[in-house]
Amino acid sequence: MSAAGLLGLSIGELSGRLSRRQVSAEEVARQALERVAATDGRVGAFLRVTPERALEEARDSDRRRARGEVRSPLDGVPLALKDILLTEGVETTAGSRILAGFLPPYDAAVVERLRAAGAVSLGKLNMDEFAMGSSTENSAFGPCRNPYDLSRTPGGSSGGSAAAVAARQVFGTLGTDTGGSIRQPAGLCGVVGLKPTYGRVSRYGVIAFASSLDQVGPLGKTVRDVALLLQAIAGHDPRDMTSSERPVPDYLAEIESGAKGLRIGVPREWLAGGAEPGVERKVRDALATYERLGARLVEVELPHSKYGIAAYYLVAPAEASSNLARYDGVRYGLRAEAKGLKDMYGESRDAGFGTEPKRRIMLGTYALSAGYYDAYYLRAQKVRTLVRGDFDRAFEKCDVVAGPVSPTVAFALGEKVADPLQMYLADVYTIGCNLAALPGLSVPAGMHEEARLPVGLQLIGRPFDEATLLRVARALERETGPLPAPGEFA
Amino acid sequence: MSLSIEEVRRIAALARLRLEPAEEARLAGELSAILDYVRLLEELDVSRVEPMTHALAGEGTPLREDRVVACLSPEKALANAPAREGNYFRVPRIIE
Repeated sequence: MSAAGLLGLSIGELSGRLSRRQVSAEEVARQALERVAATDGRVGAFLRVTPERALEEARDSDRRRARGEVRSPLDGVPLALKDILLTEGVETTAGSRILAGFLPPYDAAVVERLRAAGAVSLGKLNMDEFAMGSSTENSAFGPCRNPYDLSRTPGGSSGGSAAAVAARQVFGTLGTDTGGSIRQPAGLCGVVGLKPTYGRVSRYGVIAFASSLDQVGPLGKTVRDVALLLQAIAGHDPRDMTSSERPVPDYLAEIESGAKGLRIGVPREWLAGGAEPGVERKVRDALATYERLGARLVEVELPHSKYGIAAYYLVAPAEASSNLARYDGVRYGLRAEAKGLKDMYGESRDAGFGTEPKRRIMLGTYALSAGYYDAYYLRAQKVRTLVRGDFDRAFEKCDVVAGPVSPTVAFALGEKVADPLQMYLADVYTIGCNLAALPGLSVPAGMHEEARLPVGLQLIGRPFDEATLLRVARALERETGPLPAPGEFA
Repeated sequence: MSLSIEEVRRIAALARLRLEPAEEARLAGELSAILDYVRLLEELDVSRVEPMTHALAGEGTPLREDRVVACLSPEKALANAPAREGNYFRVPRIIE
């Protein structure tokens, strides 16, 4: 076996070994912890590792198994969580200094659900501060690096969630996606990442960024792993009023059904030279594979996709400025000493927030301020209706929409930090899916031929049709296989 | 469009953000560039378009029964307070 040892296995394979008693959950957790200790100095995927807790959960899993009370295929499987998900009694910061030392009084719904499924949590993962960013360089606690090339970013904001899977530190992770924050890092790190339909997964206990866009989702090495994780976290939760009551299907039922007979929509606007040629080539290769598998490619139009970033960078900052008003130094988080209350607010927020949250709070406050609401936020919300309409029309002609995840491969650390607008443009293909509340997935399309870095294929589906996305992604994966692990972490 | 330093200060005051003078100047430039970019939306005639007020029509925002349910205990709610006094959050003087 490779140096990654058990960590090279898929969740399904590990689950089989656990059930055949070839290995104990405690042994798996130990190996994962050792691997994190050995590799994370270079990667920076973790903000905090919780070894005692992990080993205790693993031993609990072993005891359940001995009693014949296995809870799910995730029982005893080591995972890790983006640090935006509340974990009771375990520091949760959302990558921000303003929350350093914050000990949540309760678990996020998705954390409860993973625990109920028997999963073992190794700790909390690095991210752009408050999920604002596309490179994880906005983390207040140091950047995360791409396991395929440590001089490059893993993408963001769920960079730690993607890098931890790519470096074979854990078997799967959870991230959040507001404008591409699961799919873009998954694509740049060569793993599978899914943003479920808005409302599919509860956001109770998820630190809020932009509430009309935020969604929690899984990342894993394989499509089946991502399906298993989605199965565990999806479903109605009355504590999140945007949570859907629709029943959750069996995501594995149709996953091996292939692409034959499906119609794959290719947006004309997404392969019109906007992506770097080497990226476009891998995307076209993937589309050709689908055609060979018996799917039909149909051209679709998303004429409003060029307005997506502009709409997003009004809606998301506006909602963020409102959500981040709660960090005022009163109930939790950093408080700077000051004479009066008003100064205390200003000083605390100045000391606690990094550059990007401040920029977005300012932009959002401006866009919502008296006299500007109609021109900015309201107009952007109307444009969302147009973006959604584009997708609705596309889905009359196709079953999924396919295209690039990102216009480039992973970029170098520092390359885009000086120019916020350039960083924002990295999200050009992922944002429409959030604006339209649809499910979207990133699956490896292969390695860029010159750069030797992963390229992702993005698939976008009808509302609540995650099952078709997984099926279509699995069809490609069966042909191309998961990407080889990054050399240094194989 | 160009955002003035005065306007940046006004927004910062609304947002309860204290900014250093160098930050004010930098933000004036950056926000102006972003606001220029979002003017792209002005190309579109949205006069007859409804805003998206809920991400998915027919989903969510249900009414719940109005009854008492368990919530955080005062101890848990106060556990992360930067300063507390009894069962209260302690804050600096409000009236100067």
